Amino acid sequence: MSEPSRDGGVLVVVDGVEKVFHRGSEDIQVLKDLHLKVPAGEFLALMGPSGSGKSTLLNLIGGLDRPTRGIVSIAGEEVDKLSDRHLAAWRARHIGFVFQLYNLLPVLTAERNVELPLLLTHLSKAERRQHVAAALEMVGLSQRAHHYPRQLSGGEQQRVGIARGIVTDPTLLLCDEPTGDLDRKAGDEVLNLLQALNREHGKTIIMVTHDPHASARASRTVYLNKGQLTNVQQA
Amino acid sequence: MKYWHLIWSDLRRKKTRTVLTLLSIVVAFVLFGFLSAIKQALTGGVSLEGANRLIVRHRVSIIQLLPQSYQQRMERIAGVATATHQTWFGGIYQDPKNFFMQNPVVPEGFMDMHPEFLLPADQRQAWLQMRTGAVVGRKTAERFHWKIGDKVPIKSTIWAQKSGSFLWTFDIVGIFDGRDKNTDTTPLFFRYDYFDEARRLGWGKGMVGWFTIRVKDPAKAAEVAKLVDAEFENSSAETKTEPEGAFVQAWANQIGDIALITASILGAVFFTILLVTGNTISQSVRERTGELGVLKAIGFSNVQVLGLVLAESCLLAVLGGIVGLAVAWLLTSRGDPTGGLLPLYFFPFHDVLIGVALSVALGVVTGFFPALQAMRLRVAEALRRI
Repeated sequence: MSEPSRDGGVLVVVDGVEKVFHRGSEDIQVLKDLHLKVPAGEFLALMGPSGSGKSTLLNLIGGLDRPTRGIVSIAGEEVDKLSDRHLAAWRARHIGFVFQLYNLLPVLTAERNVELPLLLTHLSKAERRQHVAAALEMVGLSQRAHHYPRQLSGGEQQRVGIARGIVTDPTLLLCDEPTGDLDRKAGDEVLNLLQALNREHGKTIIMVTHDPHASARASRTVYLNKGQLTNVQQA
Repeated sequence: MKYWHLIWSDLRRKKTRTVLTLLSIVVAFVLFGFLSAIKQALTGGVSLEGANRLIVRHRVSIIQLLPQSYQQRMERIAGVATATHQTWFGGIYQDPKNFFMQNPVVPEGFMDMHPEFLLPADQRQAWLQMRTGAVVGRKTAERFHWKIGDKVPIKSTIWAQKSGSFLWTFDIVGIFDGRDKNTDTTPLFFRYDYFDEARRLGWGKGMVGWFTIRVKDPAKAAEVAKLVDAEFENSSAETKTEPEGAFVQAWANQIGDIALITASILGAVFFTILLVTGNTISQSVRERTGELGVLKAIGFSNVQVLGLVLAESCLLAVLGGIVGLAVAWLLTSRGDPTGGLLPLYFFPFHDVLIGVALSVALGVVTGFFPALQAMRLRVAEALRRI
């Protein structure tokens, strides 16, 4: 597995990608001959109406799904060619996910949730604890480490979700409507955090959003409609 | 072990459901413990000594008698070290429900044949000196609060005395203990010479119930058994010789096939538990499809997810199994619930080990399909179900 480019070169290449879902006898084409390049260190917003294929594209980039046709390459690695086992290992190493509904495990405390991706590494318990503390510190939730998700506000839960996404220092952070379930204030806090991760730590971020206010924080916005990129706006 | 917290937390997710499932597993394993103890009581009783002992009985049935004179003929057969005999007395002490075995025996030969019965030397000597003397096992002595010197009236259901009375009185001259846990200490043994002389004429005088023979080489027991039966072939009382274990088993099978009965009950119980636990794990997996999707999204492989679900079901089953086995062990250690009717009553250690293995198997079987389902979950599909 090759190391990702961190020198400002192209990190994500989506080349001629098509995605067709089969629903009974019906074929639904969600993405059509899609081409996209994302340089390392970019904060890209992916906008578009519901059903335009934003989340599907994000899933393909994150190795959660495979394209029907075309190539998805991350840091030189053709993700769609990896076996399921290698793909899981690749995700653990290179991708951090942030979900709209936070998707924290309700039975685990904030720190245990953040620790989850580290369980897949060879780090010792003490090292894992250090990494978790650093990630929670970064999102400003050190004091809430022992709280369960139900004891946290939506904004705090999303910050725990971001801490979980960045705790392994992934190559790419993929955010699926990270502010979609938050009020404006909490949403702004999350966006500030993502922006800081991009600007101060050079993290490459791809964020799916409906919200122009959110996309305004990105360095570039890409519009997707009916499975095709219709417009590219530089930030 | 780094996944321990994750597995344990999943079980704590729905505490009531987990506790109820756990309790049903515990109850199943307590039942397993009780049935093992009862099976042991009815079919155990053969100590390691039994490996070199054969029982010779009438070919037709155990209730048909054999001539006492067979003993000398048996002892002349190659491979036979020694022989002794017993006869079923079928007595009742006070009440038919006070069942225990009483058999007339020849004290010297009998005690030599059965080193698993531990009788102090002075009591053995007293038995040899008193014709009406009897020795009784510790369990029965304690059950009826008998002590040495007591006169014990026992009414036989088979044997009358010359006077016509079925009531026989014995003097307790000794109380024997078992050498190990597996030794039956419920019987009472009294002297055959007294019995044979006192019983009504024409009622089987000179006849005995069955013989026990000790073979010189246990490896040749089957060969010796054939020789014994051949010796008495075409006589008026042909014999059937079999290992002591098979004899005890056949005796217990008069109640029914104990092994089959216990296996059937346990089979039904464990099948039910299989469904209960399987349903719990399946439901638990269904409820957290989205969470499993998240685990896969952050890099858990299919095999790891399979392992997590299997570990969860195994933890539940093993925890329930161990608690159930421990409760069964404690309860059976408190003694025979029938108040001494069962000759032996304990939860054999090898059955405890079988129980532990059974709990692991229960965990694997109940967790297998839900784990497979979790493993096959498509991550993008699972995330959509949140």
